[in-house]
Amino acid sequence: MLQGIFANQLALGCAQAAATALLALLVMFVARQRQIHLERETVVALIRGIVQIIAVGSILVLLLRGPKWTSVLLLAAMMVAAAVTSAQRAKGIPGTFGVSLYAIAAGSGTVIALMTWAGVIDTAMTSLVPIGSMLISNAMNTNSLTLNRFRSEVESHLGLIETALALGAASKQTVAPYVQVSFQSSLIPAIDSLKSLGIVWIPGLMAGMLLSGADPVYAAIYNFVTISMMFSASGLTALISGLLIRSHAFSAAEQLTLRPQAASSQTGSRGGSK
Amino acid sequence: MLETEHLSRIVSAKRLVDDITVPVQKGEVLAVVGPSGSGKSSFLRLLNRLDEPTSGTVYLEGTDYRQIPPQELRRRVGLVTQTPYLFPGTIADNLRFGPRQQGEDLSEKTITFLLDQVGLMGRADSHVVNLSGGEAQRVSLARAIANSPTVLLMDEPTSALDEKAKEEVETLILKIVRHNALTCVIVSHDLAQAARIASRVMIIKAGRLEKIGSVTEVIHVAGNLR
Repeated sequence: MLQGIFANQLALGCAQAAATALLALLVMFVARQRQIHLERETVVALIRGIVQIIAVGSILVLLLRGPKWTSVLLLAAMMVAAAVTSAQRAKGIPGTFGVSLYAIAAGSGTVIALMTWAGVIDTAMTSLVPIGSMLISNAMNTNSLTLNRFRSEVESHLGLIETALALGAASKQTVAPYVQVSFQSSLIPAIDSLKSLGIVWIPGLMAGMLLSGADPVYAAIYNFVTISMMFSASGLTALISGLLIRSHAFSAAEQLTLRPQAASSQTGSRGGSK
Repeated sequence: MLETEHLSRIVSAKRLVDDITVPVQKGEVLAVVGPSGSGKSSFLRLLNRLDEPTSGTVYLEGTDYRQIPPQELRRRVGLVTQTPYLFPGTIADNLRFGPRQQGEDLSEKTITFLLDQVGLMGRADSHVVNLSGGEAQRVSLARAIANSPTVLLMDEPTSALDEKAKEEVETLILKIVRHNALTCVIVSHDLAQAARIASRVMIIKAGRLEKIGSVTEVIHVAGNLR
């Protein structure tokens, strides 16, 4: 319908964006009827999303004409932005920005570097930046899920954790089962993406490759390659994130500092985290 | 043996524990009583450094406990909580937990001995999900003893139990404390229980030490506590 109304591509894009945003707001309205309040976060996310993608698109036009090394800067900037976004998912745990940055940079960075070296990712900016951004984005989502799940697991098992501490267990050992659960659950989307590839969803990358005239079989294989890389980047990120976040839940004297607000007002939050 | 020195903990400008200095002699059972929210549990949590004092400290056998590694301190100062949080697995798995942290493996003989002490003889392989509240608290007690502590802290260990289980666990506590020559600090909101178990009683109100003395003198004047 919109294509019939708007002849200009830019106007069509704006109309399409407005239609999808409206749909997202409608979903939030339905959720609101069920006392689930995500309106503010959704509106902010929609506005941020459209502004950021247009800004980045405009910058990309300039950068793609620049030297190859600028892609490294661009990817590094994306990693920092991803860490800032992801860290907000674990408010209450000190040092989450550092954990997120290390985990996302190491997770996605290692895969990008190795695969570029192996020739799986082309060094051309038009290839390296979009694929790199996909890996960083997935690493960010996995990191957010890991931190979020870790926090809720710890908050749900305060009694067991403090019992283990009281019996002389090392702080990191007391949360080991919850790190494991966080790792496993954070990888569910990545595993499901890999399992359902081609059946439930066909990534945009494949559509793009087909449109640009690539061999369909090669396009299909390369999509598997991309999703596999996403899985590796996500897995590595979750592993590093889980290992690093453990110590941030405790003080130097092995006291649990991470606890729900209501509980912390009773027993008090403890400063001096490691 | 165990001595707090001007021990305080302030959270969000609230004085949970306010300048408490109290010595606890070896083998003594000190009951900490007071109304709800008076700071009894907060005081207890400071004794094994599950929480950090804002000021003051605790001396364990003459050593400032900040000089003792937390894991070692907590092995020596055991804790039995109001709710017996048991780890998934069998009773024996729970008893082995503490010693394993020090790289020791409890022998079958020791497990049998510990279970005998808490009246759960022959139940080593029972899964903890099948235990009653009283049984779970007995396991919690045996698990704390398995670490061979010299001090035992108990935070209202019978408050979640019915009358019958409460009496049984209370008797058990006395037996274990005497048998193992433990120094014991027990938090209770029940004055009668404090009188039965303790050799001395201290009353805390609004985080401050209100009174401390023998059972007779403190219980006698504290009739308006509740």
